[in-house]
Amino acid sequence: MTPVGILQIILFCATVTLTAIPLGLYMARIYQGERSWASVLLGPVERGLYRLCGIRPDQEQRWTSYAFSLLAFNLAGILVMYAILRLQAWLPLNPAAESAVPPDLAFNTAISFATNTNWQNYGGESTMSTLSQMLGMTVHNFTSAATGMSVAVALIRAFSRRSAKTVGNFYVDAFRSILYVLLPLAVVYTLFLVWQGVPQNLDSYVDATTLEGAKQVIAQGPVASQDAIKLLGTNGGGFFNANSAHPYENPSPLSNFSQMWALLVVSAALVFAFGKMVKDSRQGRALFIAMGLMLVVGAGVCYWAEAEGNPFFGALGIDQTASDQAPGGNMEGKEVRFGVANSALFATITTDTSCGAVNAMHDSFTPIGGLVPMANLMLNEVIFGGVGAGLHGMIVFVIVTVFIAGLMVGRTPEYLGKKMESKEVKLAVLTILVFPLSILGLGALTVVVPAGLAAIAAPGPHGLSEALYAYASTTANNGSAFAGFSGNSLYQNSMLGLAMLIGRFLVIVPTLAIAGSIAGKKIVPPSAGTFPTHGTLFIVLLIAVVIVVGGLTFFPVLALGPIVEQLALVAGTSF
Amino acid sequence: MFRQLKQAILATLVLTLLCGLAYPLAMTGLAGFLFPKQAHGSLIDKDGKVIGSTLIGQSFVAPQYFHGRPSATTDSDPNDSTKQVPAPYNAASSNASNAAPTAKSLVADVGDRVAALKAENPDAQLPIPVDLVTTSASGLDPHISPAAALYQLPRVAKARGVAETDLTRLVATFTEPRSLGVLGEARVNVLDLNLALDREFPAR
Repeated sequence: MTPVGILQIILFCATVTLTAIPLGLYMARIYQGERSWASVLLGPVERGLYRLCGIRPDQEQRWTSYAFSLLAFNLAGILVMYAILRLQAWLPLNPAAESAVPPDLAFNTAISFATNTNWQNYGGESTMSTLSQMLGMTVHNFTSAATGMSVAVALIRAFSRRSAKTVGNFYVDAFRSILYVLLPLAVVYTLFLVWQGVPQNLDSYVDATTLEGAKQVIAQGPVASQDAIKLLGTNGGGFFNANSAHPYENPSPLSNFSQMWALLVVSAALVFAFGKMVKDSRQGRALFIAMGLMLVVGAGVCYWAEAEGNPFFGALGIDQTASDQAPGGNMEGKEVRFGVANSALFATITTDTSCGAVNAMHDSFTPIGGLVPMANLMLNEVIFGGVGAGLHGMIVFVIVTVFIAGLMVGRTPEYLGKKMESKEVKLAVLTILVFPLSILGLGALTVVVPAGLAAIAAPGPHGLSEALYAYASTTANNGSAFAGFSGNSLYQNSMLGLAMLIGRFLVIVPTLAIAGSIAGKKIVPPSAGTFPTHGTLFIVLLIAVVIVVGGLTFFPVLALGPIVEQLALVAGTSF
Repeated sequence: MFRQLKQAILATLVLTLLCGLAYPLAMTGLAGFLFPKQAHGSLIDKDGKVIGSTLIGQSFVAPQYFHGRPSATTDSDPNDSTKQVPAPYNAASSNASNAAPTAKSLVADVGDRVAALKAENPDAQLPIPVDLVTTSASGLDPHISPAAALYQLPRVAKARGVAETDLTRLVATFTEPRSLGVLGEARVNVLDLNLALDREFPAR
């Protein structure tokens, strides 16, 4: 670890915090339907879109109806994307003459993008037509992000209402997320990325003759517009196979810094929007601090592990020392312009959020370096998490935390003036249990079934890590991978698709049920016996609950994967 | 129920047109107008022919050029399209090794690269920089560290019959410091450096 590496992490955290606050306050205004310069400018467009779609924006929905709209909208999106992928060979804008995507891969990919996962069992530039990237990938990058944001907004609204039957209108929340937040940010950010060197064209692939006279075909496409929203919407699906490690997707240290900012800022802003919408900014701040502390610790551990390098390389006489002349550390699967510090930070935050874009290959990280992203996935993606999904996931953990605190002192738990009763707590525990059920259940299946085992590339304990990471990533709707794992088989396409559906909708529906139940409750004024949920004690308790309830379930399997691999690495055992 | 389904279908279609067509096409137009060079892939023309992109690494094997990092990209076997064969710096199919840090195959590969590097650079005095024997994440890394350029410098100088000090000066010119003084790592763009080599010290 070098001072300049640590300085970059500090600079990054400061930049995100300073920009997330104003963005969060702006988003709160948008979701509450307050007038602003944006609503004056975009209001007519918004109303026009509602008319086109037959949506009545003033019609509020109960949680059941809200959930039904959300599910119907997502189903329609999955079907349209599936059709586009299957038909791409006959549709226009197919410069590299890609053939139709096979049914199992199209199934997996359509679910992957609709659930905000963006797990990719294909290489973008060698599988997808330009039209598929635009109409399929780019569209879902917006809509899946808006879906997550709308669930978070419905849940926040439930806390701020008293004795209400409804939680809002799904389409209004989703359309506003796109029109006022994601799309304007994406437009500006696309131009920034192009300025830094990310291509944005509809050209055919370029045939170059290299300096040594060899032929090099260079893939092209509308990369920047997809890249911008892939990060802002915490989607993570790359235009190219190498994702944000590809020099066309992430050409410079400055573009890299901005990409890390972009993939975190909307999730971070939502936490401040939450504080604003429940009219107690201390509540948002407390969640922000809890999330931020876990992020910083993860980044620190990952950076340390990667900077230490690989002892096997050291034994070969290779210099892994960081200096102004060399990045040093474990450079297998990393890019020189980013070095170890930026690769470790990117890996940590892309798995804190449900983004899953990568600028270095997690599969080649040292065991402890790879343990950090894997553990992040298993903690239910609540360290900022996916846009919306992270916040509503964290609020579920808050419900469990106040319940446990209530048990300790023997009082009915409450949060933001709402009494948390058995229904909410049961639903909260249910959403939390979905994670170990899917990750450990489907993960265990894949390491005993021959069709599942075929996907594993690495020998030894790292092979288990690959399978475990795949099911953690898909269940958490993250999409990053230990990419030696070959997911493009009928078995993996189906089972990973199932994991993504479980991790998305079996969390969203109970969360909306919690919202419906909470909206109907009275708000009781705080009394002397109320456990304050904005102080240090609460923050510590919340972190403990996230780690113990969310993470401890996975400790045995982590011991068999990355932890035993680290011990082997230290002992000089290879596989 | 019916109204709900109708809304879902209409919303999907409207957003597909807005986010999938209008947005990328408008950005393509605007980007091409504001930043034409970058929007079309930062390509380099030499004598009217495209020789590559400044952002995309190329494979260099000749001794008179600085070499980039090992690349793990592959291409389909011309004799058997179901198989993949190594094809370094294949810019139509980016890829990494995804090798586990404890894999015997990785340790063996890196060991082979160390041996090959030492054989190619008998006059090298410096320790072997890690980036020169490990594959990059994209397989298209356009950069090497300054240390990796200096390591190869005696070989290039000898192959071109140039004084090492002249090359040291050139490498220094092409060394990009950390962006804004803090971000990323110091680096040398291999293609840019080799182009300058051909310009200033044409091979004999």
